[in-house]
Amino acid sequence: MALSAKEINETTKWQDLTEGLQIYEPATSKDFITGEWRTSTPAVDWDKCKQCLLCVPYCPDSSIPVENGKRLDFDYDHCKGCGICEKACPFGAITFSEGMSTKEGR
Amino acid sequence: MIKERMSGNEAVAYAMKQINPDVMPAFPITPSTELPQFVSSYIANGEMDTEFIPVESEHSAMSAAIGAEAAGARTMTATSSAGLALMWEMLYVAASNRLPIALALVNRALSGPLNINCEHSDSMGARDSGWIQIYAEDNQEAYDNFIQAYRIAEHKDVMLPIMICQDGFIISHGVQNIELLEDETVKKFVGEYEPAHYLLKKEEPMAVGPYAVSCYGMEAKRAQAQGMMNAKQVILDVALEYEKISGRKYGFYEGYCLEDAEYAIVAIGSVCGTTKDAIDALRAKGMKVGLLKVRVFRPFPGREFAEALKNCKAIAIMDRAESFSANGGPLAAELSAALFQAKSKAEVLKIMYGLNGRDFTVEDAEKLFDDLRDLAENGSQETEEYRYIGLRE
Repeated sequence: MALSAKEINETTKWQDLTEGLQIYEPATSKDFITGEWRTSTPAVDWDKCKQCLLCVPYCPDSSIPVENGKRLDFDYDHCKGCGICEKACPFGAITFSEGMSTKEGR
Repeated sequence: MIKERMSGNEAVAYAMKQINPDVMPAFPITPSTELPQFVSSYIANGEMDTEFIPVESEHSAMSAAIGAEAAGARTMTATSSAGLALMWEMLYVAASNRLPIALALVNRALSGPLNINCEHSDSMGARDSGWIQIYAEDNQEAYDNFIQAYRIAEHKDVMLPIMICQDGFIISHGVQNIELLEDETVKKFVGEYEPAHYLLKKEEPMAVGPYAVSCYGMEAKRAQAQGMMNAKQVILDVALEYEKISGRKYGFYEGYCLEDAEYAIVAIGSVCGTTKDAIDALRAKGMKVGLLKVRVFRPFPGREFAEALKNCKAIAIMDRAESFSANGGPLAAELSAALFQAKSKAEVLKIMYGLNGRDFTVEDAEKLFDDLRDLAENGSQETEEYRYIGLRE
């Protein structure tokens, strides 16, 4: 019986891994915290944000969640800090700061 | 049983028709062009229902084969020489993703000089790509090997792609007598392909070929290596079953007059037929000479080869591929290592022959056996690491 993605970790022996490291379940990329790679972090100024949602399709990592027609805060577990959203925002509502966290201390 | 006369390409294409795999992406290249051509004709005539994919290159052919096999389709392709070289990147992807694709390889020299004739430089270049490699002496063996291919590759303990090799032109275009199995016998022997996991299995979404960081990659390689180790037993088991339906016996190698041989030639492919003629002539004169014909090169049965050669006083290991290692060819290198491990005391001559389709004659083989006897009696007089045969110098 093949192990599930959650059961596989850095102590798993070669005999217990799946053939070709295949994964037999969907959406396991959610468990991979690619946000750790970030060197620069976005923040939204909610006073300037008009909820035009232009940033959402530009995000290459699907890290701007939308609910009931409104964008929420960034998914910092998966945002790699590429900066595309900052360029896409017509209202200057998105700003970047150096490092893993925003100025607000996240 | 059907008695026929066929070329090696016709024989392998006939095996392909009888197996009738799901998908064949292929791109033409001499001398393997006839394989996709014959298959296309079979499909056009309604004798096969394989999905043939015309592609724009061999890189695409292997990529499409990987996609089809991962989707759950039994897949085959065919190529030669530069075609195999262009598949290079994808050969490793096929093997590491454990996709049991069958590739009919018609061995031809890699450039340069630009040459279309027989040499093993193409498959020997791919020897470390993770593919099983099985070689033939003639059209009959090429046919028999192809029919055994999927049973080996798709075995749950193996799950690796397989290359069925035959010598370009010498076998692929040379017409010889052949015994073919009945269609029903082949179908029953090969069976249906029923993979445990595949992309089109809708109740089990899956990912093929995910990225692995360094804490997983080494374990993945070790697991892949185990598939190749397991292939040894599976190859023997499948050969035994094949003998039951064909009457023809196969293993890792064929020993010809080898048991009591004092002097042996070790070689791969069509040159073995030539060597057997020389052995017959020399045996008639009382000289104890023999042949070890390598059938399986990947996995490399070094221990078994060394065991079969244990009574020999001198051995010539013949390569039809320059490694440019300044140390001889790949078979010589690997078998020498196996003989050393087995504590063999035999003298070894590393031989380079047949490059770019150069003939190797019965006289060449007889002279080589004389040289082996001289080597065993008088010790090595060699001034170089390895020796060319059939070279003007």
